[in-house]
Amino acid sequence: MAKQTPERANLLQGTLDMLILRTLLYGPAHGHLIGKHIQRTTNDFLQMQHGSLYPALHRLERRRWVTSKWEMAPDRNREFKYYRLTDKGRKQLVVEESQWKQMAEAVARVMWPAAEES
Amino acid sequence: MKWWQIGKRDADVEREIQSDLALEEEEQRDRGVSREEARHAAMRAFGNPTLISEQTRAVWSWNALENLLRDLQISVRTLFRSVGFSSIAILVIAVGMGATISLFTVVWSVLLKPLPFDRPEQLVRLYESSDRFPENVVSPGIYGEWKRESRSFSNLALYKDWPQYNLSEGGALPEKVRATICSWDLFATLGVQPRIGRSFTPDDDQPSANGAVILGWALWKRRFAGDASVIGRKINLDAKPYTVIGVMPRWFAFPEQKVQIFLPAYHESTPEEMAKIDNHGFVAIGRLKPVVTREQAAQEVSAIVRRIHDAHLDLPFVSSGAGIRPLIDYLVGDVRPALYMLLAATGCMLLIACLNVANLLTARSAARRREIAIRTALGGGRFRLIREQLIETLVLFSVGGAAGLALAYAALRWLVMTRSDLVRVESIGVDAVVVVTVAGLVLICALLAGLIPVLASRSESLLAPLQESSRGSTSGPSRTGVRKVLVGAEVAFTVVLLVSAGLLLKSYMRLRSNDLGCATDNILTMHFTLPEVQYSKPAQRVAFFDELLARVRAVPGVDAAGLVRAVPGEGYFGDGGVTIVEHPTVPQGQTQLAIVRWADPGYFGSLRIPFLRGRTSRSDQRLDSANEAIISSEFARQYFPSEDPIGKHLIGFGRRSYEIVGVVGDTRYQVATPPEPTMYFPIDAGTFSPFESTAAGAALVVRATRDPESLAVPVQKVIQQMDRELAVSDVLTMNQIINKSSLDANFEATLLAALAGISLLLAAVGLFGVLAYLVTQRRTEIGIRLALGAQREHILHLMLLDGLAPAFGGAAAGSLLAVAATQLIRSSLYATKPLDPGVFAGVIGLLFGVATTACLLPAWRASRIQPATVLRSE
Repeated sequence: MAKQTPERANLLQGTLDMLILRTLLYGPAHGHLIGKHIQRTTNDFLQMQHGSLYPALHRLERRRWVTSKWEMAPDRNREFKYYRLTDKGRKQLVVEESQWKQMAEAVARVMWPAAEES
Repeated sequence: MKWWQIGKRDADVEREIQSDLALEEEEQRDRGVSREEARHAAMRAFGNPTLISEQTRAVWSWNALENLLRDLQISVRTLFRSVGFSSIAILVIAVGMGATISLFTVVWSVLLKPLPFDRPEQLVRLYESSDRFPENVVSPGIYGEWKRESRSFSNLALYKDWPQYNLSEGGALPEKVRATICSWDLFATLGVQPRIGRSFTPDDDQPSANGAVILGWALWKRRFAGDASVIGRKINLDAKPYTVIGVMPRWFAFPEQKVQIFLPAYHESTPEEMAKIDNHGFVAIGRLKPVVTREQAAQEVSAIVRRIHDAHLDLPFVSSGAGIRPLIDYLVGDVRPALYMLLAATGCMLLIACLNVANLLTARSAARRREIAIRTALGGGRFRLIREQLIETLVLFSVGGAAGLALAYAALRWLVMTRSDLVRVESIGVDAVVVVTVAGLVLICALLAGLIPVLASRSESLLAPLQESSRGSTSGPSRTGVRKVLVGAEVAFTVVLLVSAGLLLKSYMRLRSNDLGCATDNILTMHFTLPEVQYSKPAQRVAFFDELLARVRAVPGVDAAGLVRAVPGEGYFGDGGVTIVEHPTVPQGQTQLAIVRWADPGYFGSLRIPFLRGRTSRSDQRLDSANEAIISSEFARQYFPSEDPIGKHLIGFGRRSYEIVGVVGDTRYQVATPPEPTMYFPIDAGTFSPFESTAAGAALVVRATRDPESLAVPVQKVIQQMDRELAVSDVLTMNQIINKSSLDANFEATLLAALAGISLLLAAVGLFGVLAYLVTQRRTEIGIRLALGAQREHILHLMLLDGLAPAFGGAAAGSLLAVAATQLIRSSLYATKPLDPGVFAGVIGLLFGVATTACLLPAWRASRIQPATVLRSE
């Protein structure tokens, strides 16, 4: 897809898991919903690749950070595979969030040293 | 979800992606896009659903398993494509594996598997030791002292397993059965109970008790039809009544499977005998208390024997010490080195088989270089390709291993049937340990054979094979180099096997060429025992013997007949201390020993044992009037070094003195053992211990004018006519006795020779394969050479030398290895030096003969190449 707009970026390696977990904090959601939510929240800045999304979801499930269940969607009259955050997943989210924060701060210190001094 | 739910998981992933895709499509439609357009838009936004589900599935680890299954499928298909290669490889592996598995099973079952008793590690055998006999059987009196005084054992028992009894009951045919006579607590020591009935009690085990007998399972099944009501029944043993009190379990085969009945020792012997401290005749076993070590127990029993020894300095045959060994060591004793040697030989052959397969695989991977190069060029991962090759090898070895296991199963059945005399033969069988070992072996061999070709092709550039193959030129030298090294190694190990086999064969020949000291052709022998009840008086026995001899000599076809305690080659049987009346008393502590035999005057003539001096005893030498003895030439050499023994007097075990009237030629009690001093007393002189009296059994020796076996039935009929209840056993010709006596040596040598032969064949096939391959590779080169005027003989020599080079190297390395290896079989060799130059030369000659033959065909083919054809085909 060479025609991608320059405002869109691919996800940083490793952040997808965190974003999924954070999204699921609002409540259970199926894959499509999660992708849409992330895309919408970032004003389409983060383009969701389905080729990464589904493997990521299954990876999270395998690590028992989320569980999955086929459930009726409230607005559509059929079942979707809903993912739900587990307690383990919640803890993991806290861990990943703090790691990300440290990372962002570290990057910021290098990039804008003046801001740090003020 | 678990790994076996692969199908379910796949469906789940599929459904999830499809439902989300459908949702995307619906949303597009909701925005007002046309149906067709919505579908395409959804697909665009989504990407390739198949790829996505593939990637998603990869998250779950059983993906690796799927890959493995696919690789397996591929390799099975590839192997099927080249049936010739696969079947040869599998055959080679099956033979190598089969031999190794068989031997491993035997070694494991016989030597390593714990005895089938309760806490077998506590069981030990006790032995007496003296300077002359460092590991001697035990005297009952010593055992009695141990039992009274020792504190190291929770149980001590004694037994001997060679007595034979004449079993008769009801109207059934009498038969001779092998018995173990044992102290009452033998079974308690081992921790075994009879299957039905009861064990012996102390009350059974004394002279005054009523006779009690426990039957072995096989006898019970065979003779008593497995009838449980046999308990309490009376049977006759040597014409005395015994009550059957129990039947041992089916698996119980102690001390040997051939033992069929068990009797209490103190009931079977007189109190005087059981009190003797210098009559070594029993095996003593004990169960160590858990806290006691073998060393402590050995010190204790040795101290007891030492004390008895010091208190009886007048008795020269009391041992001076004692020792202890694990029971299993004692039981398997002699076979250990032979079995380990054969196991090493089969391992060697398996290695050769592996090298052979590695060789074939290298050739194959050379043929597949183009395929591999193309696959690599198309992006096939290196690791993936290696893995595929290894899996292919693994499949080959698994199939070969399974076939080997089947072969081993058959071979073991054959072994158990033909060598039922092997110790612990009843425990031989394929069990879980064997199967696990086979699996491990398959894995190791597959890695070994699979990695060699892979490593050999490691440093190859991608393009080389693609460029090369279009030219049909010679392949890289490194690849044939690997194959030559492999074949060289095969040859080296083959030399080791051939040399070992050659040495054992030579030693067997030497053994067989040993002169027993008597006639061996046309001689028939058989054993019988006169029951003490009917023949309690010596006069009765003598009458029986005289009449028997007279009747047998009258049978048509009988040339001569005699009676003796035991025939040469049959075993040691018994010895006794000797005192020579005319000599000064032997200093205290020194002993003069000689094998004791009694024989009728006709025995020596029947077996053509020559009289070197003097004459045979007079035929009236019977009973109390007997006073003539005959000695062997070794006896004369040792005890009458510088004088004429004729006319001197000796005192054997008893008190009476005998005049030496003759010196006969030496005979061997065992084929492999040099003659020992032997003294012959007249039949039933009745002077030595009851253990050696005629009641213990007699051997009838018959010399036939023609085929001795045709006399077996008529002579047995004569015995039956004289006593219907008397059973005859061990009806053997003299040659059969020698065969039996050299059976082990024969067996080892034959087996090893077979292994060496197979290895030689494998090595020859390897040599042939490598040279044939070389020739094909160098066709163009040879064609050019010939076109340029090279002589065909020259090409023949060139190729032959090329092929024989690895054989030379291998033979040199193998000879060095063999020098080391033969030191290990030194103990199995009889009168043969480990570095026998004849054997070495013969082996190397044989090897080069075979190698040259193997190389001749491809070399000859090379020399017949038509240059025009080759060059045109380019």
